[in-house]
Amino acid sequence: MDVEAAKAIGAGLAVIALFGVGLGIGNIFSTMISSVARNPAARDIVFPIGILGFALTEAVALFALLIAFLILFT
Amino acid sequence: MAAEGKTMDALSQFELTPIVAGFSNANLYMLIAGVAISALMLVGMRPRARIPGRLQSLAEVSYEFIDGLVRDQIGHEGKKFFPFVFTLFMFILFGNMLGMLPYAFTFTSHIAVTFTLALVVFILVTAVALAIHGLHFFGYFFPPGAPKALAPVIIPIEIISYLSRVVSLSVRLFANMVAGHVMLQVFASFIVMIGGLGAIGVVGALAPLAINVALVGFEFLVAFLQAYVFAVLTCIYLHDAVHLH
Repeated sequence: MDVEAAKAIGAGLAVIALFGVGLGIGNIFSTMISSVARNPAARDIVFPIGILGFALTEAVALFALLIAFLILFT
Repeated sequence: MAAEGKTMDALSQFELTPIVAGFSNANLYMLIAGVAISALMLVGMRPRARIPGRLQSLAEVSYEFIDGLVRDQIGHEGKKFFPFVFTLFMFILFGNMLGMLPYAFTFTSHIAVTFTLALVVFILVTAVALAIHGLHFFGYFFPPGAPKALAPVIIPIEIISYLSRVVSLSVRLFANMVAGHVMLQVFASFIVMIGGLGAIGVVGALAPLAINVALVGFEFLVAFLQAYVFAVLTCIYLHDAVHLH
């Protein structure tokens, strides 16, 4: 197989991890919205934790993206 | 990535170029970050006004932000770690924010820099745990109450997860910065590619331009968030070291 084609396929496979990250971030924000809706007073406590969870989950997406970039550009 | 025979080089923005021998642009931006933080703190707090001005507010807000974080996460014993966490947070924050200036260099986009920072945190956490708890520290690798029969499984897993903190802490910051800047570059090159198609292309290029503007805003959020996450995780690890479970 052509190396360029193999690289493109590999980069595509590497970002399959975004499936899980999408589920994770959606789960974080849906839980955050429902907990704030149930108890609006808890907003100030819930919000930073939610953002922290978002940042930690997003990092997984970026690991996958980085692998894809490494495959494509190096 | 090739388009019309031209290759796009998204990674050249991370290349080190020596300014003087042994002093690269990464060193220059670290120096700028250090000077800027010192200037913010020293000049900002010079008036010591009861009603703070803009610069003094900035210095006070950043101080109180990290002070609250350390107090919440580590507790009463956290006070002596405040200078460390504050320095770490401000250095990473300024590194990320300086990288958002056009033509600037992001020193946090190098794994060597972030790995060193994570290693400093790791060594400090281990040293603190050993100094406070002595040999009881090794009990950390076997949670109390777990069945004895599971020890050969749990202990290696705990040791690996303890050691992988360095990797996850450094790679998270590094990957966020690299991926963010590469993404900006990729969308910026889309503007040029589509804009080169003539009159229709110029109108079409507005779409990637709008996305890029939004992405710059998002990158500023990420720049702050990653510095915050680094500081929070440092505090959580220090809490573990001080309290052990």
